Amino acid sequence: MAVDAAATRRIAHLARIAVKDEELAHLQGEINAVLAFVEQLQEVNVDGVEPMTSVTPMEMKKREDVVTDGGIADAIVANAPASENHFFVVPKVVE
Amino acid sequence: MTDLTLLTLAEAREGLASKSFSSLELTDAHLKAVEDARTLNAFVLETPERARSMARAADAKIGKGEGGPLAGIPLGIKDLFATEGVRTTACSNVLDAFVPPYESTVTSQLWRDDAVMLGKLNNDEFAMGSSNETSCFGPVVNPWRRAGSNGAIEGTPLVPGGSSGGSAAAVAANLCLGATATDTGGSIRQPASFAGIVGIKPTYGRCSRWGIVAFASSLDQAGPVAKTVRDAAILMRSMSGHDPKDTTSANLPVPDFEASVGKSVKGMKIGIPKEYRMDGMPDEIEKLWAQGADWLKAAGAELVDISLPHTKYALPAYYIVAPAEASSNLARYDGVRYGLRAPGRNIAEMYENTRAEGFGAEVRRRVMIGTYVLSAGYYDAYYLRAQKVRTLIKKDFEDCFAKGVHAILTPATPSAAFGIGEKGKADPVEMYLNDIFTVTVNMAGLPGIAVPAGKDAQGLPLGLQLIGRPFDEETLFSLGEVVEQAAGRFVAAKWW
Amino acid sequence: MNASAKKPSKLLRGATGDWEVVIGMEIHAQVTSNAKLFSGAATAFGGEPNSQVSLVDAAMPGMLPVINVECVRQAVRTGLGLNAKINLKSVFDRKNYFYPDLPQGYQISQYKSPIVGEGEVTVDLEEGESIVVGIERLHLEQDAGKLLHDQHPSMSLVDLNRSGIALMEIVSKPDIRSSEQAKAFVAKLRSILRYLGTCDGDMEKGNLRADVNVSVRKPGEPLGTRCEIKNVNSIRFIGQAIDYEARRQIDVIEDGGAIEQETRLFDPNRGETRSMRSKEEAHDYRYFPDPDLLPLQFSQAFVDDLKAHLPELPDERKARFINDFALSPYDAGVLVAERESAEFFEAVLDALKDRARDGKLAANWVINELFGRLNKEAKSISASPVSAKQLAVIINLIGQATISGKIAKDLFEIVWTEGGDPEALVEARGMKQVTDLGAIEKVVDEIVAANPDKVAQAKAKPAMIGWFVGQVMKASGGKVNPQAVNDLLKIKLGL
Repeated sequence: MAVDAAATRRIAHLARIAVKDEELAHLQGEINAVLAFVEQLQEVNVDGVEPMTSVTPMEMKKREDVVTDGGIADAIVANAPASENHFFVVPKVVE
Repeated sequence: MTDLTLLTLAEAREGLASKSFSSLELTDAHLKAVEDARTLNAFVLETPERARSMARAADAKIGKGEGGPLAGIPLGIKDLFATEGVRTTACSNVLDAFVPPYESTVTSQLWRDDAVMLGKLNNDEFAMGSSNETSCFGPVVNPWRRAGSNGAIEGTPLVPGGSSGGSAAAVAANLCLGATATDTGGSIRQPASFAGIVGIKPTYGRCSRWGIVAFASSLDQAGPVAKTVRDAAILMRSMSGHDPKDTTSANLPVPDFEASVGKSVKGMKIGIPKEYRMDGMPDEIEKLWAQGADWLKAAGAELVDISLPHTKYALPAYYIVAPAEASSNLARYDGVRYGLRAPGRNIAEMYENTRAEGFGAEVRRRVMIGTYVLSAGYYDAYYLRAQKVRTLIKKDFEDCFAKGVHAILTPATPSAAFGIGEKGKADPVEMYLNDIFTVTVNMAGLPGIAVPAGKDAQGLPLGLQLIGRPFDEETLFSLGEVVEQAAGRFVAAKWW
Repeated sequence: MNASAKKPSKLLRGATGDWEVVIGMEIHAQVTSNAKLFSGAATAFGGEPNSQVSLVDAAMPGMLPVINVECVRQAVRTGLGLNAKINLKSVFDRKNYFYPDLPQGYQISQYKSPIVGEGEVTVDLEEGESIVVGIERLHLEQDAGKLLHDQHPSMSLVDLNRSGIALMEIVSKPDIRSSEQAKAFVAKLRSILRYLGTCDGDMEKGNLRADVNVSVRKPGEPLGTRCEIKNVNSIRFIGQAIDYEARRQIDVIEDGGAIEQETRLFDPNRGETRSMRSKEEAHDYRYFPDPDLLPLQFSQAFVDDLKAHLPELPDERKARFINDFALSPYDAGVLVAERESAEFFEAVLDALKDRARDGKLAANWVINELFGRLNKEAKSISASPVSAKQLAVIINLIGQATISGKIAKDLFEIVWTEGGDPEALVEARGMKQVTDLGAIEKVVDEIVAANPDKVAQAKAKPAMIGWFVGQVMKASGGKVNPQAVNDLLKIKLGL
């Protein structure tokens, strides 16, 4: 399988990465090089094989229903590019 | 006084205990070495004041006989580990000047044991790379250089490998007594080999991932790089342990890894996998591998030929699984809550500009590949299939271990360190092939250690890899030390 | 089996004939828990901005989720309450999309392997009719944060307090055939959740909201193309949205158009749905198992233990009321519909001196007098001026024949407006029923003596006795026992 320019654009948009027109062909080529490399997986017989879900099988730990966190609004917004009264601020989102 | 930076961690520990020198002296010596080695670009942030204050605190504790296992030992920290109050960037512009209000579990355990932080170490951006060339702070220079035809040191700067290139270079250049690193496809073992030092990737789940900037969650694992096998074992004990904050961390007791250094390996069955004898493998790698096998045999281990039939599929499967997880893990870098924000006319543009500007070329490429392999219509053909192949890869190992194999010996890398800018320019896959021997271990969640074992024709160090059973790092330390004893230590000639 | 298919559907008339509307629902119910699904931050409503946010909820680099076991229990309890299959192994997936209220850039949800599988809910309708609505699945997922758009001309504000709170998404099968059924289904589901204590069902706070899938077809034809109406947050709006949407779709088709599968939004001010095409563009959620989590597994014993401790659910309680007090299914249904109402009734029952004798009377009083009055004044049961205890005392007084039913209504009015102990009020205000036969006889004799013509009529037409009873009651201010009056009159009039 290989991607064309339109698919490359679509992927870039899905990934929310701006791509300039002049970068597109190069990027498309690189993605296709990797896709060509992984193509060999198609020759493996995976009939009846379970996909891996956890590399070290163990029971999932669970936490108790106790409030142990929060009350750190200052720390939460401390690194924000823009904040106001402990809110994060982003360009207007139009619904 | 002797140059304190030439000591191993174990030797420094002894010197501190016997009051031959203080942690402050030891730390100052290393801070000076760091300063003098800026041309290597190993550190992206030096924290001398913090280091000295930690050293003084350690000295006080040592004085009272209350020092922890790493009391007063100066270490470097890969910039992937969140350090509270200290800038942490994963060497990506997208994190900008992020200062975490939290400390990663692994580093907090080092400070619990009274180690000293010298600063933050360079790495490939988000640990995506095999040469440390993708860092937003620029490449790291390997302390090793090629020997010229006439025996003189050649000037071409070499990569230290990656992604833990800063960690490997800093240890190899005696800038610190050990460093934290992470390994997703070989990022500890490959740079350790390139820099002539020891690096171990523990079993998945041995070290907590909490507070380490995530690349590929099912593959990422922290571990140490150090000058010797013993030093690595000492560091590993402090770094390991169950963490209730990481669901995938294993609830197992932490062994005294150092105790297994020097233990007899007599009677151990060592597997030699035929699939690692790749087409076009350089002679010197082949020879090194045979040499390593001979050393283990001489130490009483038994060599057995084994087969890991799905080996060749590990790298392609990795280049689906790792980018897929990364594409999702890196979605949080959106310019909203921290890090870089590039303006846009609306929220979608703000995202796209932020991520285009914030991520380097390799990260952008991997995020896009990961996005593609998970997208509608492609999931089954790529991601699901890769995870099935992963099951097969793991089963290959399980079958061998079930037959009584204690560990597996392979080369660590297909070549020695290469020159900065030499690889991957035209085809990203060329660079990816660096991980061909290491990546299977991540795919199967196993522990793997790289130990320097020889030099190539150009005088550059080469490493061997030992792969162990799950949670049996101890056997790797025992075997690793056999190789280390036989091969001797490899120290780069100082030119910087 | 599709039980509703057997019942006659409520067809809609169009220009080209009758149409059947087919409805399926996705209900998002906030799980009742102290802490969030994957972090230790609080779930309480209305905190200061970003005050109930952990480093995990803010998706700081390197943060990892650890599941809250209570949220798992709540999902299992709910599954049991929906008579559904509980999956001992389920998987959390990441649903990837970018939005400023979604800090991780993905929502942790369950896609292919939900914690709860198929189940069903019996829904009572108005005319004693009921339908069974199939449940497709229930899964656990994270809620998103909140965006505020009206605080700033060019910027939106983000508050992550809600981010990471556990939600249950409950998906119904397309078994619903009218807006009335849809409303009844949501009401019933809400009731079950509230009985279970797994969701408070507060729709105003957004703790229960519905996505409604609507399509129309000619009866017997294959399913039409559906539209999804997102985030409808009141039962009334659900009805309005469906009515509008079904009519819109019929009009489009009858005008020769085709329905486009899309997401729509209900505008309560205009009472109409409109397309959300802007947000629709190319969503491709790229689901994959969350590698930070392991599969969610628990034992059958874990499920059995939860099952053993489930509270009584509305259907069981209804059956008990019918059985114990010979209530009509309708009355029993009214009593159990809201957990608080049923508990009020239970509290009344508990305070009765003779529940076997007066249980049914109590039910009538709760339904007719109390609910009637509460409705009239738009008060909730929790704000009832008459407590369960007070009402029980009134009913006890009737049961013991201390007061008549008529006086009881006056007494209820006094307790409602003034409060106080009903027993003391009866005493103090002389409302006690006259049980002294001699005193009653005196009144009867006076009335018989004063109305010879009526006496004559009564002998010919015994039903006239009712008139005499009324006169006696009037003369005694309602304080005599009508049965005693009746018996006495029969003797006096020789009937």
